[in-house]
Amino acid sequence: MKLLQTNLQEVETAAELDKMIKENDNVMVCCGRMGPMCIPVYDIMEELEDERSKVKFAVMAFDSPEAGIIRDAKECRSFMGLPFTMYYKNGVVTAATSSIQNRSQVMSIIDEKLCN
Amino acid sequence: MDDIFDVMIIGAGAAGLTAGIYSSRARHSTLILNEGAIGGQMVLTDEIANYPGVENTQGYSLANTMKKQAKEFGCKIKSNIQIKEYQLEGKVKKVSLHDGREFSAKTVILAPGGKPRSLDIPGEDQFKGKGISYCATCDGDFFTGKEIAVIGGGNSALEEAVSLTKYAEKVTIIHQFDHFQAFEHAIREAKNHPRIKFIMESELRAFEGDTGLQKIQVEHLPSGNISEINVEGAFVFIGYMPNTKAFKDLVTLNSRDEIIVDEDKNTSTRGVFAAGDCIPKKYRQVTTAVADGTIAALSASAYLRDL
Ligand SMILES: Cc1cc2nc3c(=O)[nH]c(=O)nc-3n(C[C@H](O)[C@H](O)[C@H](O)COP(=O)(O)OP(=O)(O)OC[C@H]3O[C@@H](n4cnc5c(N)ncnc54)[C@H](O)[C@@H]3O)c2cc1C
Repeated sequence: MKLLQTNLQEVETAAELDKMIKENDNVMVCCGRMGPMCIPVYDIMEELEDERSKVKFAVMAFDSPEAGIIRDAKECRSFMGLPFTMYYKNGVVTAATSSIQNRSQVMSIIDEKLCN
Repeated sequence: MDDIFDVMIIGAGAAGLTAGIYSSRARHSTLILNEGAIGGQMVLTDEIANYPGVENTQGYSLANTMKKQAKEFGCKIKSNIQIKEYQLEGKVKKVSLHDGREFSAKTVILAPGGKPRSLDIPGEDQFKGKGISYCATCDGDFFTGKEIAVIGGGNSALEEAVSLTKYAEKVTIIHQFDHFQAFEHAIREAKNHPRIKFIMESELRAFEGDTGLQKIQVEHLPSGNISEINVEGAFVFIGYMPNTKAFKDLVTLNSRDEIIVDEDKNTSTRGVFAAGDCIPKKYRQVTTAVADGTIAALSASAYLRDL
């Protein structure tokens, strides 16, 4: 069941995320809630969907048990702020951020770590 | 030059979106340019219970409805843009973006709202999302059973401190003055809470830790003594300031950096209006921003008629 009201693809299961990472070279997944720190990041991703066509953008609901794949990832061990955002390059995590990020922070990770 | 609009609005918060609704409904070609997420502070607000006609709603939901309304009347909205330069004098006003695009309009409404004050002290960037938070409803549950600090002494700080006791073992409120600037009921509730402690007349000097926040350095202002407090979380609620730096030399600001307007929301520059949290007023609410946006759009409309 979809839990996030965004125009981005919502990944509902860990298996779905795994498949997405395998099938796409560059993936950005934002794992959050419909809260004030998360919505601005979804907003930026919606806009970047048109501008960065080599990147697959998706969201995942933080409270879904399936989101343990991100919540419990070693890259997120010290994270204490929503959303947890993961960037995957060729199937591996290349960057991860905690809490709200602005457009230039997201763009610089995408350009340096994914579309380099 | 991409386009010339009748009305260009800077900011897509409650004031800017309302101005967009009124202006595009009056059939003026209207463009809203917004630096952040559409909705402004509304999307920072978990729940809005005092917007008349709408029972308890989430801030993002109210913002989305306003955006939809504006777009349905034909208003164009560009968000997450960065403005490099403004030319607000003369009959045609011009804005240049960092990406090279330029937009012009016959009249401009400034609605840039406000932004949370940050402490600007060592460690703030490093531990954002790793102990430092600006939203209790978003991040409170990460601090279950932990000791945390709340920085600030206004309504937000006191109300959020009380709500954080749902999770945290102990909450220490650190405030720079010897009294709070909050409603009496909020002060009473915080003071009566057994798990809230107060450190008054003190300011934070640094956040410290390794992978996550572990301690804060606090200066007691009257004595200058610095002490260290072990906390795994710090929630910062030290108020808002108007987003008017970019307009300093373009319109007249007062000593609090608010844009001075008359009752029709005219600024000191002809054909430029201002609305919302960026103008001087006592109460900053969605309702007051919406009212300002309405007046600014109707005044802009009258200005266009007289051109
Ligand atoms: C945590 C919190 C809770 C609140 N709760 C309530 C409540 O329950 N009820 C209530 O009525 N009010 C509440 N408020 C207050 C209310 O949200 C604001 O008063 C109102 O939303 C202000 O609207 P605005 O349009 O003036 O400004 P903002 O909402 O600040 O919008 C301004 C917009 O302009 C953009 N911008 C800034 N500078 C530029 C620039 N140079 N160029 C382009 N764009 C720019 C910003 O990114 C932003 O999107 C709350 C505020 C906060 C922070």
